[in-house]
Amino acid sequence: MTYAIRAEGLVRRFGATTALAGVDLAVPAGTVFGLLGPNGAGKTTAVRVLATLLAADEGHATVGGYDVRRDAHRVRQLIGLTGQYASVDENLTGTENLLLIGRLLGFSRADARARARQLLADFQLTDAAERAAKTYSGGMRRRLDLAASLVGRPKVLFLDEPTTGLDPRSRNELWDIVRGLVADGVTVLLTTQYLEEADQLAGEIAVVDHGRVIAQGTPEELKARTGGQVLAVRPTDPTDLPTVLAVAAEVTGATPEVAQTTVSVPVNDPGVLPAVVRRLDAAEVAVAELALRGASLDEVFLHLTGHRAEPDTAPADLEGVPA
Amino acid sequence: MTAATLAAPLTPARRPGLVAGLRHTVTLAWRSLVQIKHNPMELIDLSIQPVMFVLLFTYVFGTAIAGSPGDYLKFALPGIIVQNAFFATMTTGFGLNTDLTKGVFDRLQTLPIARWAPLAGRILADTVKQAWSVALLLGVGMILGFRVGNGAAGLLAAFALLLAFSLAASWISVLVGVLVSEPDKVQIFGFMVIFPLTFTSNAFVPTDKMPSWMQHWVEVNPATILADALRGLLVSGPVAGPVARSLIWAAVLLAVFAPLAVRALRRRV
Repeated sequence: MTYAIRAEGLVRRFGATTALAGVDLAVPAGTVFGLLGPNGAGKTTAVRVLATLLAADEGHATVGGYDVRRDAHRVRQLIGLTGQYASVDENLTGTENLLLIGRLLGFSRADARARARQLLADFQLTDAAERAAKTYSGGMRRRLDLAASLVGRPKVLFLDEPTTGLDPRSRNELWDIVRGLVADGVTVLLTTQYLEEADQLAGEIAVVDHGRVIAQGTPEELKARTGGQVLAVRPTDPTDLPTVLAVAAEVTGATPEVAQTTVSVPVNDPGVLPAVVRRLDAAEVAVAELALRGASLDEVFLHLTGHRAEPDTAPADLEGVPA
Repeated sequence: MTAATLAAPLTPARRPGLVAGLRHTVTLAWRSLVQIKHNPMELIDLSIQPVMFVLLFTYVFGTAIAGSPGDYLKFALPGIIVQNAFFATMTTGFGLNTDLTKGVFDRLQTLPIARWAPLAGRILADTVKQAWSVALLLGVGMILGFRVGNGAAGLLAAFALLLAFSLAASWISVLVGVLVSEPDKVQIFGFMVIFPLTFTSNAFVPTDKMPSWMQHWVEVNPATILADALRGLLVSGPVAGPVARSLIWAAVLLAVFAPLAVRALRRRV
């Protein structure tokens, strides 16, 4: 297999903090690879090293076969980066931002203009093309930022938390764009703290925590690693929730959780399903939904790290560490 | 897809050449100048503020300090040009810090362009802005009665000296721009340093009208030396001494602050 990105033993420290504690990555060409982890896990540091912005203290990495240190200039001819913070020039219009990149990449005036016009059309920014980017909405800015990183038709695209702070509609639009790019053969390294995003886009996921890859595999493999499935039961009448909880706990021997009006509980033996049905029937509980499903990535993350992946529950001692 | 086809269609160059680097610099300078179109505040900084200074100083202090606004303008316009030039160097640090904090600098660093082009482009653009405000100050001064005594040669030499000095001094601004956490702090630094520096020079008030203990400082203050050099070139008076000392100051500022600024920038990105 050919890898667009390879990293071996990347270590990067910031003072007393170790942002990367020996990261190995191998991203097959033409795929989306997800780096999943909470704030401060080291995802952005990894991207900055791979995108030639930051030198690793130890280890080495190649992008498109070129060493990111020794052949940084060549790597830069292959990559595009869209950062966590939209890095467009707010005092330039959409067109001017893309013209700037095109001209810096050596396009002629006419070619740069044509490429800008095409990208603005592709990203539904034609109407806003002649407005300063500071007047753009968050979603528009992120689209312009992505367009700017695509001017040079990169072979490898780094998307560092591309949808953080976006509303669900803008997020879905961006996901569609990424899928389109991959269909065109672009390799994408995506960092995200949203499990759903990694699940939606990535063919392979590395779970990162405290600067280390703690698990890696396809979303399905990772879900299978929690060792089982989840039984979800939603009673028609929410007043039956205590009964459902008691039945679920008794039959599975595990501690059920309640989210809204759905009770979910991890199960290792699918044989519990008929038992649960019989018990609920005997208790005359009407059920609106009853399902066995694979564990979500959120549950996987909890299982692997002992803490949830959502940003608001990132460990306090990691605050302020470059992510 | 293999690693080789990833690098296709052409074998990428190992590093950009000098000509390419200069082209990147011009493109990035264009970018800084086009920004003005969308940021009218910057045009106000560059244009209205200098003109306001000329008018206020000439008509408020002119009679008190020099007997008449006309005589004062002859003395003070070079000083006002110096103060304006010092303030204008802060644009470089302000713009650089904005790029650093907004992520634009990162974007530029991931492009296959000369490493020095983003900074050189900014400095080039700021030199153009500097030239614009000096021309504006001289123009307004001339409308109010300022006369250039040494002809076109003096005028050009004054321009060249001022731009050379600003170029060297802008490294202080680059250093500040790299070190502070937000653009506004560059401006605060500018006010904290440039106001006391230029007011304790002979830019606005002749040295002999200041307290004697302050005169020692006034005489070595780079703002004094540069203002004297401009007076010599634009109006009358000694030229060689002040110009030479201005260039020495510029060389010292460059030698001290350019390496510090470049090192700080390398550390930050």
